[in-house]
Amino acid sequence: MIYLHLKEYEKLLAHAVKCLPEEACGLLGGRKDETGNTYIEVVYLLENIDHSQEHFSLDPRGQLAAVKEMRANGWRPLGNWHSHPASPSRPSEEDKRLAYDSSALYMILSLMERGAPVLNAFRIENDHVEKEEIRYIQG
Amino acid sequence: MTIVVAGERKEYADGLTVEELIEAEKVETPQYVTVTVNDTFLSNAERASRSLQEGDIVEFLYFMGGGTIPSLCASNDL
Repeated sequence: MIYLHLKEYEKLLAHAVKCLPEEACGLLGGRKDETGNTYIEVVYLLENIDHSQEHFSLDPRGQLAAVKEMRANGWRPLGNWHSHPASPSRPSEEDKRLAYDSSALYMILSLMERGAPVLNAFRIENDHVEKEEIRYIQG
Repeated sequence: MTIVVAGERKEYADGLTVEELIEAEKVETPQYVTVTVNDTFLSNAERASRSLQEGDIVEFLYFMGGGTIPSLCASNDL
């Protein structure tokens, strides 16, 4: 189970909408508990250095700054997120090909239906994709 | 020597290179990992020649990207 603060989701959504028509992206920081639950405490909004509607690459300098901030707050890097401006909320073949970190969480926000955003979370390992349920936390 | 690797303090032999550290840490798909030492980004060529020193702080940053078209820049060289 993935737990995500509603205000962090709203921050992610607002940024992704602002970045349209380009893909938006960022990192996820937080913690895991002993039962395997993942708690996303903060969503980082990073630059898509591709500035593309069809591709994203996280800015490595922003990535480093985010990782350092996570460590300073006692969090750990959990994975990344990106938006699909015009396609569904599931990993594309390119997303799977570039999912180098098998321990990471990959979240994808689809904005293909205006006014009806869809956010899903996935684990990706060797072309195998597993979806994880997201539960939103108020406050 | 004591160095900090991905936020954890670790003991390694003096003179260890970044490339040797990548092997010792069993970093997955190292060709797609960017390495920083004390916030300085290293090129691939520098990994073999850069020896680590007491107190160095090393981070491994996975290339993170994706999309509906193949990437033109899926590289760890900046």
